[in-house]
Amino acid sequence: MSKILLHGTEAICEGAIRNGCRAFFGYPITPQNEVPEYMSAVMPKIGGVFVQAESEVAAINMVYGAGGAGVRAMTSSSSPGISLKQEGISYIACARIPCVVVNIMRAGPGLGGILPAQGDYFQATKGGGHGDYHLLVLAPSSVQEACDFTYRAFDLADKYRVPVMILADGMIGQLMEPVELPPMRALSDIPKKDWATDGGYGENRRVLNSLIIKPEELEPHVNEMQRTYDEIAANEKMCEKFMTDDAEIVITAYGTVARICKSAAKTLRKQGIKAGVIRPITLYPFPSEAYEEAANGAKAFLTVELSLGQMVEDVRLSVNGKKPVYFYGRTGGNVMDEEEIVQAAKDALAKAELAKEV
Amino acid sequence: MAKVFQKTKMLTDAHLHYCPGCTHGIVHRLVAESIEELGLQDKAIGIAPVGCAVFAYDYFNCDMQEAAHGRAPAVATGIKRCLPDRLVFVYQGDGDLASIGMAETVHAAARGENITIIFINNSIYGMTGGQMAPTTLIGQKATTCQNGRDPAVNGYPIRVCELLATLDAPYYIERVSTHDVKHVLAAKKAIKKALRFQAEGRGYSFVEVLVSCPTNWHMKPIEALRFMAEETSKTFPLGVYRDKSEGRE
Amino acid sequence: MIRILLAGQGGQGVLSAGKMLAESGLWEGKEVSYLPAYGPEMRGGTANCSVIISDEEIASPLCNNPDVLIAMNGPSFHKFAPRVRSGGIVIVNGSLSDCYAGRDDISVYDIAANDIAMQAGDIRSANNVILGALCQITHIVKDKSIINCLNEKFVGKPALMEINARAFELGKAAVESGGER
Repeated sequence: MSKILLHGTEAICEGAIRNGCRAFFGYPITPQNEVPEYMSAVMPKIGGVFVQAESEVAAINMVYGAGGAGVRAMTSSSSPGISLKQEGISYIACARIPCVVVNIMRAGPGLGGILPAQGDYFQATKGGGHGDYHLLVLAPSSVQEACDFTYRAFDLADKYRVPVMILADGMIGQLMEPVELPPMRALSDIPKKDWATDGGYGENRRVLNSLIIKPEELEPHVNEMQRTYDEIAANEKMCEKFMTDDAEIVITAYGTVARICKSAAKTLRKQGIKAGVIRPITLYPFPSEAYEEAANGAKAFLTVELSLGQMVEDVRLSVNGKKPVYFYGRTGGNVMDEEEIVQAAKDALAKAELAKEV
Repeated sequence: MAKVFQKTKMLTDAHLHYCPGCTHGIVHRLVAESIEELGLQDKAIGIAPVGCAVFAYDYFNCDMQEAAHGRAPAVATGIKRCLPDRLVFVYQGDGDLASIGMAETVHAAARGENITIIFINNSIYGMTGGQMAPTTLIGQKATTCQNGRDPAVNGYPIRVCELLATLDAPYYIERVSTHDVKHVLAAKKAIKKALRFQAEGRGYSFVEVLVSCPTNWHMKPIEALRFMAEETSKTFPLGVYRDKSEGRE
Repeated sequence: MIRILLAGQGGQGVLSAGKMLAESGLWEGKEVSYLPAYGPEMRGGTANCSVIISDEEIASPLCNNPDVLIAMNGPSFHKFAPRVRSGGIVIVNGSLSDCYAGRDDISVYDIAANDIAMQAGDIRSANNVILGALCQITHIVKDKSIINCLNEKFVGKPALMEINARAFELGKAAVESGGER
């Protein structure tokens, strides 16, 4: 084991590079500037492409071009910049171009603030841009995961021909932790793409397009996309369960917030309250089965987010009314501490007791 | 019987959807012929815009990507940077290139991307039904300036060649027209030159082609060609704005 | 597990001292995390970071109530001393701060880091003076680990390596000679 201390942003870059990412297009926005900075330094050394685009809009469309040409391509940004990319992401999803988009979330709405937040859950998991499509969304909670998930994101993107999003909060971007880097993958080891527009004439020509103007053609196309999402849902759901087997209160959160929840769960256990944590790793597809299962034993659920309550809707859909689901959130770039979650969990249990009596 | 004409194989057999009298089709042919004559058809990757030429991916007989509105130069940048030995050409109209996509246009030019942009200027939004374009002439009527473009309200037309010629990076910038045979032949020369420069790795090449829109100008085709000769080319003077191969900076 | 909050002014080496600590912990095979505070304040003004060193997996990377506060100047001392957990430790740079925390449930060590650093040969080694004091008080990482990490960072600059080592030793000695208030 040889671990090195890395920033979350560096880990994301290394995860990408080590799994064949050879094109990066970015635009400065805090708190993800270290990603384009790192890529600008490394890409030229490994025969890759780095362009500082004129805007987030241009950057995502460069990804469209590079991804469409068959190269593993990535862009990164933070919340307001990700909003600008939504048009491009929708086109990429429809044209079935694999790519990876990193969102190091900051506080919104609007220009908001630059501190950590999780207010882009809806945008990431429910579509974001126009039309019927989804991103496959991975939420790392450590620097190691930031590296590993970005690495994996490229394989998932290629396998299903979908855009994959790494959804991280500002803390992941700044955090330094020990990381064991995966080995550098040879480009020759990456499966060839028989659909890429890399120069072909006549019978060999290929077209990448998101304009399908005939309704009798567009409907089958989006149905085919949906079949891919169903397949992804069947194969790729991931979550971490932490002390949930006997939990009376199940706390649930994603990203770094889940780590604070784990600390809180440990503290609650010391105080005699059986607490556990479910941490969704894929936010889309949402690991609903974990909640269905936990609902059998738990008295209540508590969703904790750096937002006013977004993932809580998916938790409620998953628990499906079997048990009460409560919410605790902070916004504006403020991060809750362990004690706040401990108190919120106790409150949730008390409310659940009251609700039973009514 | 001797064969006197053959359609270039760089165009598919798909029927063009352009309106009767529109000179878009001519430009398609000029681009396609030029690529074939340069022997670059196996290396060509084209980018279609949003606008009248949105279906260009059905007509050019090579790999094609359809870009979002205005973003074609960014898409082309992504492709060309990854595959520098391919011939990447971009085909855009005036709304796409000079309105919504102006940032992408200017920055791809400023970076000196080794790509070729074919800019179709018909001074109107054709596909959406004749709205004012950034290149609509002063006094010219459109559905969103029904009494004619009034500079006090609508501002002035944008001269893209002149604007891009203020940048250091572009290698070749020329404005040509399609209003008569002589000018069509000149346009072909310019387009072929632009593509050749790219193949030679010289950098950004840009050809603005004045095109008629009889449908939305509400003119007969011949009238529209005359309008181009007499009016359009007054606002948009034809000529070479940059040619580094001839030392024209 | 020990949670350390390092705070001071931009340019005092607060962030690099934090990284050095985390590197040293990693070098010893421990779990570590390093979280710098970022924001408008990172441009000039104050700088702070949280370092956690632990034998087990680190859950929350936050340090809202640190076990140890390192305060490199007065404003940082007064801002963060109230947050130190009861029974915790504060090491304050006495060259740039008073050391009255207004509470008696924490141990405050007054280390005149700037003065000692100048004695060591370079005022910029004040952060290493404090690291020396920290190691002497808490033994959170071995002296050798810190020195190794420092030498790795300043490889090829033997003069600086020497100054840093001296600053570290003088920081340790300052604790011995009665830094605690």
